[in-house]
Amino acid sequence: MSSAIESGEPTFLDRFPQEAKVVRSALWSSFIALTLGALFGIIQTLHRTDVLRVFSSGNYYTILTAHGVLMVVSFTIFFLVGIYTWAVVRSLDRPVEDIRYTWTWYGLMVLGTLMALVAILGGFIDSIDISADVLFTFYAPLQAHPLFYGGLAIFLIGTWLAGADWFRSWYAWKQENPGERIPLQTFMVLITMLMWYIASIGITIAVVIFLLPWSLGIIDQVNPLLTRTLFWFWGHPVVYFWLMPAYLLWYTVLPKVSGGRLFSDPLARVVFVLFLLLSTPVGIHHQYLDPGIADGFKFIALTNTMFLLLPSLLTAFTVVASMEHGARQRGGTGLLGWLRALPWANPAFTGMALAGLMFAAGGFSGMINAGLNINYLVHNTLWVPGHFHLTVGTAVALTFMAATYWLWPQLTNKPIFSRPIALAQVILWFVGMALMSNAMHVAGLIGIPRRTAEPQYDGFDFIPTFGSIAELDLQLVVGGTLLTLSAILFVSNLVLSISLPKVSGLGQPLPPALSGPDDAPKVLDNLKLWTAIALVLVILAYTLPLASIVDRGGLFGPGGTPYPTMIEFGSTLLEIYTPLTTDWISGWLQ
Amino acid sequence: MHIHNYEKIWLVLAMIMIVGFLTTVTYGATAVGIEMISDEEDTIDPGALDEDPRFAEPRVEQVGENEYEAYVVAQQYIFSPDPIEVPANSTVTFYVTSPDVIHGFQVAGTNANTMVIPGEVAKLTVETEEPGEHGIVCNEYCGSGHHVMEGKLIIHPEDEFEMEDDE
Repeated sequence: MSSAIESGEPTFLDRFPQEAKVVRSALWSSFIALTLGALFGIIQTLHRTDVLRVFSSGNYYTILTAHGVLMVVSFTIFFLVGIYTWAVVRSLDRPVEDIRYTWTWYGLMVLGTLMALVAILGGFIDSIDISADVLFTFYAPLQAHPLFYGGLAIFLIGTWLAGADWFRSWYAWKQENPGERIPLQTFMVLITMLMWYIASIGITIAVVIFLLPWSLGIIDQVNPLLTRTLFWFWGHPVVYFWLMPAYLLWYTVLPKVSGGRLFSDPLARVVFVLFLLLSTPVGIHHQYLDPGIADGFKFIALTNTMFLLLPSLLTAFTVVASMEHGARQRGGTGLLGWLRALPWANPAFTGMALAGLMFAAGGFSGMINAGLNINYLVHNTLWVPGHFHLTVGTAVALTFMAATYWLWPQLTNKPIFSRPIALAQVILWFVGMALMSNAMHVAGLIGIPRRTAEPQYDGFDFIPTFGSIAELDLQLVVGGTLLTLSAILFVSNLVLSISLPKVSGLGQPLPPALSGPDDAPKVLDNLKLWTAIALVLVILAYTLPLASIVDRGGLFGPGGTPYPTMIEFGSTLLEIYTPLTTDWISGWLQ
Repeated sequence: MHIHNYEKIWLVLAMIMIVGFLTTVTYGATAVGIEMISDEEDTIDPGALDEDPRFAEPRVEQVGENEYEAYVVAQQYIFSPDPIEVPANSTVTFYVTSPDVIHGFQVAGTNANTMVIPGEVAKLTVETEEPGEHGIVCNEYCGSGHHVMEGKLIIHPEDEFEMEDDE
């Protein structure tokens, strides 16, 4: 395999040293979040199963918020901006237009993360009035400190500016290459960002118009159903914001590490266009059990959701077909015998292949979640985290880690410290998640709820259909421990790589697809058209439900009680702030 | 655009599966009659539940020969009434609301499950079958005492069930 590592080609670092630095910084930010997230993860696992309780059960929710936010916002999205910067610069073969601008959006994302993190970790210190024990979904009337909402807003602005950076590169490239097809990786990046801009409408309104002013005491109350619906307007497409970088890697890097080429460039484009169209008008499927939303709207969300399966099913085909092509190029034969010819000793390959396998399992549990009426059995039970630890927690996370083993040497000109450890790491993640997620799915079916510190109640016991609660807890603990070990091995392998001497020729050029972009209808590259259709679908899916929610409860009603009570903080701030500004303005006028 | 034959077959099978899922869900909703949580109940002032005829005194009421209505308040960190007592082989409609934050209401291990949102009243109807006791859990995080929020649903044998009002 070592011959495959040293290709003699120049690396991304050789060609774009400034950009490589940005990509490395974004990936380090991502991996720091992963490390902290893993720490909070194992604390939760041991607490829930009553093996070891380091914190009180009241503090469990601070830990859960930190785990959720760090993993699904910081880890995933910092990785996304890193890999997308690499993909755009590499596939357009040109540096970013202005590296200072690039560092600016990265800086904003770091600032936003730190603000939100201060608010969340403040929950551990009772003596200060800062907390954000609101979990990843921050459903009002649960209230966080304004730093949390402010941090989230700044982080989002950073991601929007990052998207603008990539659009700017593409625009400059287009001027110099008129009439050429958008290179596949850049196409994927641009489509992802168009989806992200549309999705962001929901969370921006929720945070800027309602939650931030409410946490500052400027408005007294919010409509909990409205802010919740606006959250899911963004909250489902964010799932695809995690997945689409993984898809980009499956489509463009996995065929390479399998030893072959992508099966079809046109279908890859079709898949991404379908994500742009269908990712957003489905958010209400997270609200099947919400009173105040008519079942007709839920049915529309169901229909869109089921069709959203299509791009993932197409991806499954293409990924397996590309792997088979690679295996046959490497001399594999037979109906299934080619599987043996795949490069299983390469952690980048094995990690991505195992991630894909887990995604199939996660896809099936997702289909059950999507089923409007079966969902009643599993909604808000441990089944649901069981599902998304397979999707974002494995399909996405394991693909990111595996791809890092392939990309990191090209960003640093240093090999990975230990390939055997890397291989063990991806397998540990797979085994750990198989155990943990299996236990979560089974526990969910007997009604054990998610998001709780102690699923042991005084008045009744959960009765497993087979096995015992102790067995399920054992699977959770062993699985969680293996995952933590895997995360530690991943990060330490990268840290140890720092000390290695630089070598040259670690570049890994990506081969073109078997069926290239020229086979794709031109209309696929018409970004304006797809954006317009996506917007129409969002308007169709959301106008009536939102109008109905506002009509029923009012824009700012019907309230509920903020928890914990922090209104005092906001009004104190205003009392200090308002006279100061007035004084300042009147002083200035004189 | 060139699409490989295998990929065409895959595409067709995928579409058949998707349409199949939609059909089964529709069948469940219409023919089997699995009722959805919907928007048929009016909104309510979460700050004035103590003045509401249904929720001022959370309780179970008999409304027909074999039909009961349960008015349930979910609040940090209790369900009222607790326990909820109904007879076997009856139709029970739960009306659940919250005066404070969002809660969940699930009869553990069953599909009697709803979100409870301040300002909204969740309505769900279940058929009780055999006598027995079921736990009720709040399955949405609602504050630092969320993990102690539980209730109980007691299904009595029909001949042993008496409404308190009738005594």
